[in-house]
Amino acid sequence: MSELEFRKAIRDALDEEIERDPAVVFFGEDVAAAGGVFMTTPDLQEKHGSDRVFDTPISELAMAGAAFGAAVTGLRPVIEIMFGDFMGLAMDSLVNQSAKFWYVSNEQSSVPLVVRSAVGAGGRFGAMHSQIHGTWFQGIPGLKVVGPSNPADAKGLLKSAIRDDNPVIFLEHKRLYSMKGPPPSQETVPLGEAAVVRAGADITLVAALRGVRDALEAADELAADGIDAEVVDIRSLRPLDHETVLESVARTNRVLVVEEGPRVGGWAGNLLGVITAEGLHDLDDAWIVATDDAPAPYSPTLEDAWLPGGAEIAAAVRGRLGVAAPS
Amino acid sequence: MAETQTELAHGRTDRPGESAAEYLERYGRMRLIRGFEQEIHRLFLKGEVHGTTHLSAGQEAVPVGVCSTLDPDDYVAGTYRGHGHALAKGTDAEALAAEMLGRATGVCGGRAGSMNVIDLENGLVGCFGIVGGSIAAATGAAVSARRQGRVAVAFFGDGASNQGYFHECLNWAQVFSLPVVYVCENNFYGEFTPMANVTAGGEIGIRAASFGMPSRVVDGNDLWAVREAAVEAVDRARHGDGPTLLECQTYRHYGHSKSDPGKYRPPDEVERWLARDPLDLARARLLDLGLSEDDIAARDGEIDAELKRAVEGALAAAYPDPRQDSGTEFKR
Repeated sequence: MSELEFRKAIRDALDEEIERDPAVVFFGEDVAAAGGVFMTTPDLQEKHGSDRVFDTPISELAMAGAAFGAAVTGLRPVIEIMFGDFMGLAMDSLVNQSAKFWYVSNEQSSVPLVVRSAVGAGGRFGAMHSQIHGTWFQGIPGLKVVGPSNPADAKGLLKSAIRDDNPVIFLEHKRLYSMKGPPPSQETVPLGEAAVVRAGADITLVAALRGVRDALEAADELAADGIDAEVVDIRSLRPLDHETVLESVARTNRVLVVEEGPRVGGWAGNLLGVITAEGLHDLDDAWIVATDDAPAPYSPTLEDAWLPGGAEIAAAVRGRLGVAAPS
Repeated sequence: MAETQTELAHGRTDRPGESAAEYLERYGRMRLIRGFEQEIHRLFLKGEVHGTTHLSAGQEAVPVGVCSTLDPDDYVAGTYRGHGHALAKGTDAEALAAEMLGRATGVCGGRAGSMNVIDLENGLVGCFGIVGGSIAAATGAAVSARRQGRVAVAFFGDGASNQGYFHECLNWAQVFSLPVVYVCENNFYGEFTPMANVTAGGEIGIRAASFGMPSRVVDGNDLWAVREAAVEAVDRARHGDGPTLLECQTYRHYGHSKSDPGKYRPPDEVERWLARDPLDLARARLLDLGLSEDDIAARDGEIDAELKRAVEGALAAAYPDPRQDSGTEFKR
């Protein structure tokens, strides 16, 4: 079977869901005629028409608000906020309107909408086009926050997000768009479930999005040193699947949470809090590798140093376990 | 519309929707809103209504005039000064009062309170506690409404016309020719600050011109004037001819919220507006149309009795039980 490219997985999930459910509409900046600035949505307007797929003004607040209003009156909008950094502009509608509607309305209606964005550093985009906004929304009850680390999950998670009756923040890491991998074996991937993507006995590495690739690379490197690392792809920041992580930690007794983003206020800290509160008896060690508490730099040398990559993760584990680096 | 205005000015009552009996109904709805706000004011002072509340007394002609042109399944988004929006769109007065009182029988089970009422069954997609939120909600509802053959209306204040929501959404609605009517209730104060001190350009209605959107500035205390402008705007929306901005100039009788006695307003200004009380104007017009004082008094009596029953029923209702209401974050 031929391999699936991540950006094609996103496109195919949208294409199939727009086809499957007449209530699904998709809109955003440059998504229709141009096919998306990361080429994730080509030909969707051509295929489904401009009532279903359309370009919008550069108005993130109106876009999020329009998606909310449409979602509570019968549609299932998917919107693209081009870069996650732009979510600041859309925040009132998402946080105060969409997130609270199900509860405040006394469950008169939920808000079935998906907000897709390209996120993350490593593309030399600078401080205002490199953030991962998942943690900005992780503390908002009523929002789901999910993101894939591979093409199969990209397709399955996005399909689940579109079929979910609740508002979903969907994170697409820029450095994954060109990744190729096996196509999904199932139609959908459930939201709120982490996945053990590499089994191991000595330590659990928990990561998200592109960080999962880095953790897997680190695990390969550590295997050469005789350290058997398990890798958990968290996949969903809200709800946070701590059971899968706790089960893993019960086997390995050590956990390193890797986050591409600042340590303070990050999802890694939240997860470590749950692990220590509920799994302290299983723990020999627990810590976080994150970025510095500073904006993402532009210059390649600075940005590469700022990002926690596979080599840094492996070095951190060796250092913590007192294993000498290979000569 | 010159012809229509002339007809209305002469009190022509033989057109559909324009009979004296129908206006008596609309006047009754305005009286219900006025009485409701007075009751909420009284109950707030007694400690039965909590937090804060924003009363719309004085502004009744706007929601009643606009909603009188809508079908039951058309959409309305209101503001935190939204009791009138809900009652005008058809929300049950007892369920609304119970919501204010935090009772289980409230339209949102006591979860929403005064500022955030939602009543989808009656087409109220929500009242929004943050200035400008209603503008986006109605714009989005209009995306659905176009498919469904419906119309969406946003109510908002003069303050909201300085929010990003206003400018982004009006541009959006005009670009996509959405079936939506933007109704600015200009009461000349954004919270405690005079509108003129913080709003460039004088009029709000004129802002529509920059989007190529038709607009009207209307006497918002005149039920007939509001309705006439709304008929035209809703008709335009329903026939696929796009959005309209209506600026309805009006005045709130109370302060901004329950912590505000409104002392920043010059007494002569308040007097001038109180002399143009929309209920008094409506009563005078009904008499002109041939109704008698007795006809109006009879309607007053019915409305007052309805309100009394609603408030008594709401006060008698139980508070929600925290053991029963677990408050789920997500729909499963």
